[in-house]
Amino acid sequence: MQSMLSINHLTVAVNGKEILRDFSLTINPGEVHAIMGPNGTGKSTLAATLAGREEYEVVSGEILYKGRNLLEMEADERAREGIFLAFQYPVEIPGVSTTNFMKAAVNAKRKHQGLEPLDAREFLKLMNEKAQLVDIKREFLSRSINEGFSGGEKKRNEIFQMAMLEPSLCILDETDSGLDIDALRIVANGVNRLRSPERSFLVITHYQRLLNYIIPDYVHVLFDGRIAKSGGKELALKLEAEGYDWVKEELVAD
Amino acid sequence: MAESDKIIDEVVGSDYKYGFVTPIEEELAPRGLSEDTIRFISAKKQEPEWMLEWRLKAYRAWLQMKEPGWQNVRYPKIDFQDIIYYAAPKKKKEIKSLDDLDPEIRATYDKLGIPIQEQKILAGIAVDYVMDSESVFTTFREALREKGIIFCSISEAIREHEDLVRRYLGTVVPPRDNFYAALNSAVFSDGSFVYVPKGVRCPMELSTYFRINAENSGQFERTLIIADEGSYVSYLEGCTAPKRDENQLHAAVVELIALDNAEIKYSTVQNWYPGDKEGKGGIYNFVTKRGLCKGAYSKISWTQVETGSAITWKYPSCILKGDHSIGEFYSVAVTNNHQQADTGTKMIHIGKNTRSRIVSKGISAGRSQNSYRGLVQIHATAENAYNFSQCDSLLIGDKCGAHTFPYLEIKNNTGKVEHEATTSKIGEDLLFYCNQRGLSDEEAVSLIINGYCKEVFQHLPMEFMVEAQKLLSISLEGSVG
Repeated sequence: MQSMLSINHLTVAVNGKEILRDFSLTINPGEVHAIMGPNGTGKSTLAATLAGREEYEVVSGEILYKGRNLLEMEADERAREGIFLAFQYPVEIPGVSTTNFMKAAVNAKRKHQGLEPLDAREFLKLMNEKAQLVDIKREFLSRSINEGFSGGEKKRNEIFQMAMLEPSLCILDETDSGLDIDALRIVANGVNRLRSPERSFLVITHYQRLLNYIIPDYVHVLFDGRIAKSGGKELALKLEAEGYDWVKEELVAD
Repeated sequence: MAESDKIIDEVVGSDYKYGFVTPIEEELAPRGLSEDTIRFISAKKQEPEWMLEWRLKAYRAWLQMKEPGWQNVRYPKIDFQDIIYYAAPKKKKEIKSLDDLDPEIRATYDKLGIPIQEQKILAGIAVDYVMDSESVFTTFREALREKGIIFCSISEAIREHEDLVRRYLGTVVPPRDNFYAALNSAVFSDGSFVYVPKGVRCPMELSTYFRINAENSGQFERTLIIADEGSYVSYLEGCTAPKRDENQLHAAVVELIALDNAEIKYSTVQNWYPGDKEGKGGIYNFVTKRGLCKGAYSKISWTQVETGSAITWKYPSCILKGDHSIGEFYSVAVTNNHQQADTGTKMIHIGKNTRSRIVSKGISAGRSQNSYRGLVQIHATAENAYNFSQCDSLLIGDKCGAHTFPYLEIKNNTGKVEHEATTSKIGEDLLFYCNQRGLSDEEAVSLIINGYCKEVFQHLPMEFMVEAQKLLSISLEGSVG
C-alpha cells in the first residue's frame, strides 16, 4: 500500500534556526495520528512546512505525499492536491463571505482536476450538505469570513471548509485551543464524520482532551524537533496524567 | 523579495489590453491653442454665435489663470501649445443608421467589447460613442424620444436644443471655476447631453463610451445632464485610450442638475491608458465633475471605479442646495506601477436637512501614490445637515503610498458629521490562508480586493459591476509576488 505521507529525516529552519531536526513519520490512508508535545517543540512548524509556507526552509530530508515529492509543489498546488490545514489562527477577509470564499476554492480544485466549475445550484446543495456536518447555519456562511467570529465559530468554520474541500490529508493545528467543551465536541464530531479509509489526519494538540473525542490510531510525542516517543491512544492518557517530564527523562537516559 | 511582493509584481504587471490604435483618417485642428483654434472648433460644430462667444470668453479668462499646484501629484509642465485640440474621425457620409458607420470605428468598439449593435447591446443600455472630439453614434434614440428623453451628443444639443443648453451650461461648473474647467469651456469638443422630462423614469441605463484615438490630441469632453422634477436617470461612462509614449491630456467637465424630487445616478468606470511599468506615457485625467441638487428632495449619486490614467485628479462633488436633498459618493481608486491619483469629493450643504454619504476605497500597489481628498462644508443655512464619510486605504507591497486629506468646514452647529478611516495591507498571512485553500496568488488578490470594494461595487449597475470586478483584477495583475 502506498503511504499517504512519508516524511524522512526532515530538518526545517526558520530564520536560520533549526526547529525540526531529522524528523521522520509515515501516515497511511485512513489513519489518524496525533502529535503532542510541549510548546516550542516544532508542532506548528511541522504543520506549516507540510502546507508549504515560504518562511519555513527545508534544510534537508524529503516529504512524499502519495508518492510525489511534496517539496516541489507550491502551497496552492498542495491544497488543490488534497492537503488541508485547519489553522490555529484563521484570518479575516473583510467583504468576502464564507460562501464566496468556498466557491472560489472548490472551483479552483475542480479546475485542477479537469472538472467543470459547479453551478450555483450544485454548489448550494454541496454547501447545505456539508454545513450539517458541523452544525453551521446558512446565515453564518453569508457573513464575511472570520470577521467578528468567536473562537469556536472560527474553528467550526475551518472544519466546514475541510468538509467542503474533501481533502486526502487533513492537518489540524491546535484546533482545540480556545474552545470550550461544547465547541470542542461539535468540532470533534465534524472531524469524526469526515473520517474514512481514504482520508488521513494529522492532529496537532497540546492537550489530551481533544483526543477523548477524536480517537487517534497513533500518538507521537514531539520533543526538541523530533519524535521522542510513539504509541497508541493510551500514550496520550499517560501524558495527561504524568505530564511531559518523564519523556524528557527517558530521552536523556537514552 | 517576500512572497507577497512577488505576487504583487505579477498581478500588477499585466498589459493594458485596450492599447491599440484605429487606422482611420482623422480631421485635425492645427496644433496649439489660440482664438483661431476655438473659432475652428466652433465652426466645425456649426455652433450658433453665442456659443462661440461663450467659448472665447472662457478662453480669455483661462489666459489670466494659473495652473494649480496644490494637488498631491507630480508631472512635468504641460505645453498647452503642443496639443491638438480637435481630432475627429472623417465622416464619409451622414450617419443615419449603423450601416453608414465606418467599419473601422465599428471594429474598434467591437474590439473594446462594446459592440455598436442596437439589438444586441447589453440588456437595454443606450450608448453614445465618442471617439476623440466627435460623437460617432448614439443607440436607442427613438425609444427614448418616445418618452421625451433627449440623449444625444452635446454638439447636437447645442444645435437642436439650444434653449436647454443655454439655460444650464456652465451653471454648475462656471467657466472660471478652475484652470482646467476654463480650458474645457474654451475648447470642449464633444460629450453627451441628457434631458429627462418631468416625472419620467428613464427606462434604460444611458451610457457614453469615450475613446481617445488620435496622437498628440487631448480630449475635452463636456457632459450635461438635466433631470427635471420627479424624474430619474442612471448614466454610465467608460473610457479607454491607445498606448502611447507621450502623455495625453483629458480635461472633461461634467455638470449634473437635479430639480425637485429628481434623482441622478452617475457611474464611471475609468480605464484610460495608465502608462507603462516605468511610468512612461499615459493619460492625465484632470476632470471637473459636479452635481447640483437644485430642487427639494433631489438626489445625486456618484459611483466611480478609477483604474486607469497616469494621473487621476478629480473630485465628483454635490452641491446640496435644495432642502432635504441627498448627495452620495462611492469610489474605488486603484493605482499601480507609477500611477498617481488625487481624488475624492466635495459635499456642500446649503439646504436644510441635507444629507451626504462618502465611501472611498483606495488601493495602492507597485510604486504608486493614492490620495483621498475630501471636503464637507456645512453652510450657516444648512440646518440639521448630516454627513457620513468612510475612507479606507489598502496597500499592496511596501513601495506605494496612501494619503488621506479630509477637510471639514462647519458653520451651523446643528450639523452632524461622522468620519471613519482605516488602512490595511494584503499581508502574507492572508495570502497564505487563501493559498492553503487552493487559490493562486492572483485569485487570492482578486477575491480580497473585490471583498474590500464590495460596498462601492454594489452601487454600480449589474453589468458594470461585473466589468469593474474584472477590470480590478486586470489592473492589479502581477501586483503580488
